[in-house]
Amino acid sequence: MQTSLPQPTAIEGAAMHIEIDEISKQFGVTAALHPVSLAIPSGALVALLGPSGSGKTTLLRILGGLEFPTAGRVLFDGQDATGLTVQERRAGFVFQSYALFRHMTVFENIAYGLNARPRATRPPKAEIARRVTKLLELIQLPDIGSRYPSQLSGGQRQRVALARALAIEPRMLLLDEPFGALDAKVRKELRQGLRDIHDETGLTTVFVTHDQEEAMELADMVVVMSMGRIEQIGKPADIRARPATDFVRTFISA
Amino acid sequence: MSDATATTRFRSATEETPLTRWLLVGLGAAGMALLVFAPLIAVFAEALADGWLAAVESLGNRDARSAIQLTLTIAAISVPLNAAFGIAAAWFITKFDFRGKAFLITLIDLPFSVSPVVAGLCIVLMFGTNSLVGGWLVANGYPIVFALPGIVLATMFVTFPFVARELIPVMIEQGRAEEEAALTLGASGWRTFWTVTLPNIRWALLYGVLLCNARAMGEFGAVAVVSGKIRGQTATMPITIEMLYNEYLSVAAFSMAAVLTVLALVTLLLKTALELRHADQLAATHRH
Repeated sequence: MQTSLPQPTAIEGAAMHIEIDEISKQFGVTAALHPVSLAIPSGALVALLGPSGSGKTTLLRILGGLEFPTAGRVLFDGQDATGLTVQERRAGFVFQSYALFRHMTVFENIAYGLNARPRATRPPKAEIARRVTKLLELIQLPDIGSRYPSQLSGGQRQRVALARALAIEPRMLLLDEPFGALDAKVRKELRQGLRDIHDETGLTTVFVTHDQEEAMELADMVVVMSMGRIEQIGKPADIRARPATDFVRTFISA
Repeated sequence: MSDATATTRFRSATEETPLTRWLLVGLGAAGMALLVFAPLIAVFAEALADGWLAAVESLGNRDARSAIQLTLTIAAISVPLNAAFGIAAAWFITKFDFRGKAFLITLIDLPFSVSPVVAGLCIVLMFGTNSLVGGWLVANGYPIVFALPGIVLATMFVTFPFVARELIPVMIEQGRAEEEAALTLGASGWRTFWTVTLPNIRWALLYGVLLCNARAMGEFGAVAVVSGKIRGQTATMPITIEMLYNEYLSVAAFSMAAVLTVLALVTLLLKTALELRHADQLAATHRH
């Protein structure tokens, strides 16, 4: 490999900052997002909080490249990323129902992103195995590599989905209701787990939730959304102390 | 309600009385025997009425061999093509949102509602010697009607819905999340299809292909119209069976019918064998 020039993908630890510039999204005649703007500092753990239909998942999917905005721009590290394809975004995406590949073992699931790389940048087999093993240790499930998703509990599936997203060395981590399908006890545990992984990797992380307690407890910065608009952006304590609108007041006291 | 609890002793809500159960099972079994097994046995019995030798001999002549070969050729061409079209149609319908989706689904079902004879006539009208397209093709040495291409077209029209119909409900149930996950992990659309979509639908696909194959080999109505029934050239197995039967050559007719039946049974056995072999994997992947 060349050593003279630093590969753009090799910049590790330097988390990315994200800017959302007047993004709007129309689905037919309904507006899922009115023009919204938001700056996410590098390395932050951000919650998009709102009831269903508030546009939070749409915004997350636009960041990940799974949906394209009707108007507006997305900037990664100051560079226009609006036209980047989903593959080019390199966003680690954790889906609401985890979307694990049901016909593959846990090991194959986590290795998928590395195996999908073009031959030139694909790590050798042994290296892939080493990385998968490391990720399984990171999510504290070292012995489940040979199992199938259907043989795992909900909490285990969520952690495998997280490991699979991390395996591609993502530039950011996007999570859609990561704790939505879990019972209260597991949810608390995994909340801490996500915090730990965020702190360890330093990745800019955005997660969507409708649970205000979860958002307040876990995030550095909370973005409260309603009806396709951003109602308030701030630290959890500030939002609690000074809700900007009536909607925020009633929503966070719920 | 109080009467019921007094007389019944803890029977599950969905359970029937033994009498009802035996009556229903017996009715089902009798129906099966009468409608499925008896005709099957009759076919083989008639074929072997004059002994093995006569049956085998009737299949050995040039026309019979040509019919078997033609039917296998038609299946070999139309089934893979319909599998590809069916996958493409199901993929398009289930993974994308667009206007007129319901109309497209209806269109795919059209061959089920149109009589095969009508379908055959349409092909004759389209590609016959008297039509614009057909006339030009015949003049240039590519006859469609009364030749292999016409028979393949007719077969494909009739068997078109089988694969797509099997795949669409499965793919709707599975949703798009796994494909989206593969894309976010950097896989191309093509790679996503081969490594995620196809493995997830393989059993439905296999089933659709088997049904399609069975129907492709057995199709009569549409093929009867377009083939011209030229013995030794465009007569498929079902058509040969009909012609032999009309000529009172019952051993030959039923021997051919027995071969067609065996072909169908072989595909069924193949499916069962595959399912048994991959039973563990099936159980692991279907319990999601």
